Amino acid sequence: MSQTVGTQSIQFDQAPYIQSSASIVGTKEGEGPLGKLFDVVGSDDKFGEDSWEEAESTLQKEAASLALGKADLKKEDIRYIFGGDLLGQNIATTFGLMELNIPLFGLYGACSTAGESLSLAAMAVAAGYGENVLAVTSSHFASAEKQFRFPLEYANQRPLSATWTVTGSGAFVLGTKRSHLRVTGVTTGKVVDYGVKDSMNMGAAMAPAACDTIYQNLVDFNRQPEDYDKIVTGDLGTVGQEILIGLLKKKGFDISLVHMDCGIEIFDSETQNTNAGGSGCGCSAVTLSAYLLPKLEKGTYKRILFVPTGALLSTVSFNEGQSVPGIAHGVVIEYAG
Amino acid sequence: MAQETMEQKEKKNQEYNEYVKQVTPTHSLPANMAKAFVTGGAICLLGQFILNIAAGTFGLDKEMAGSWCSMLLVLLSVLLTGFNIYPSIANWGGAGALVPITGFANSVAAPAIEFQKEGQVFGIGCKIFTIAGPVILYGIFTSWALGLIYWIGASLGWF
Repeated sequence: MSQTVGTQSIQFDQAPYIQSSASIVGTKEGEGPLGKLFDVVGSDDKFGEDSWEEAESTLQKEAASLALGKADLKKEDIRYIFGGDLLGQNIATTFGLMELNIPLFGLYGACSTAGESLSLAAMAVAAGYGENVLAVTSSHFASAEKQFRFPLEYANQRPLSATWTVTGSGAFVLGTKRSHLRVTGVTTGKVVDYGVKDSMNMGAAMAPAACDTIYQNLVDFNRQPEDYDKIVTGDLGTVGQEILIGLLKKKGFDISLVHMDCGIEIFDSETQNTNAGGSGCGCSAVTLSAYLLPKLEKGTYKRILFVPTGALLSTVSFNEGQSVPGIAHGVVIEYAG
Repeated sequence: MAQETMEQKEKKNQEYNEYVKQVTPTHSLPANMAKAFVTGGAICLLGQFILNIAAGTFGLDKEMAGSWCSMLLVLLSVLLTGFNIYPSIANWGGAGALVPITGFANSVAAPAIEFQKEGQVFGIGCKIFTIAGPVILYGIFTSWALGLIYWIGASLGWF
């Protein structure tokens, strides 16, 4: 029987279970409001490596092995990995997951990759293509700054709408074995472009994509915002949150009571000087693993819509005057009793 | 839903960008100007202090004192960049920290530190001027253009 619903969603007949998850973050995230919840907080953002890029690979490696350990699985038990990061050619994923020696699908969806990898992992398990699969994503403040903006020590002033890339990696094992958490459906996002050209205002660039995916999810599943305990976006920040709520109101849905943004939760912008909030594919992944999943596991939340958001730009496209389109992938996660 | 026309799309984008402008917070201009004035002023004061000492205590001529002043300010900025202190000064002081010679030194030192991992030639060598490069290129070009105008003017007896 077809499992597709509406125009962009899937409702799984055999919804996969989340076997385990792991989060590892840098020092600044460790000092933030969620600091105590993460599995590992690094004492040094280089994580014992020589370069920022290697440090990010180490984040992925550690998160993946932690998640495997928690699920009591060996690497041979994992059929596929769906992994990604923010660096050019997904290089942190390559070097981070190479030693695991597991078939790998490398993904790029900018900061939405956490949702993209979870969606594909859930689809693979639900379709019977693997008993256990792994979804891993990461971002690193320093490697992202180096690639997309300026060298770390370069002195400049950040606009108030700018976000702070989270140093962290989250890993999730999805499988067929019963647990308290299931991924019951996904809504895959489209590239949405409203012509925003300011790369320092990613929240505004991504909000229309988040709006599009959330709207489509509610329509496809015939749900109201209240049917979710939380609708969680990845890294819209304070500017993007306001825009998203406004855009959805215009489309007839009021999510102001259930909306939460990982980027806003992970830092205290007053004391940590992070302006609009955190960002990066590590941001939503570690917040899901450390903060949201435990709440679902206890049954505090019954059902959430997890919508990581990505801003699709490269330094070249930006310099050539292209706009910054957005994309957002929705994942429905439920308490399975 | 019918495909929206180019015109509709442009209108929608324009409206959205105007809305974004409204809800995006910006730094307060007067406050930023005041901070830049204080920071830039403090750096210039330090420069004047070095100049006076060089000329007074060490009895150097004006040009020599000026050279020492520049060198010491550059050295100080590079050290503060290495210790990751200069970015904090600029985060507060904005253009007050960027415009003086110390800001220029920072923009050369920062890539040198960051790209050192990529090697002496392809790392530091190729990328040290990624930020300062345009300033140097257009600085030299502008002075050449002005020189040309001056030369033509002088030949025609205008100056």
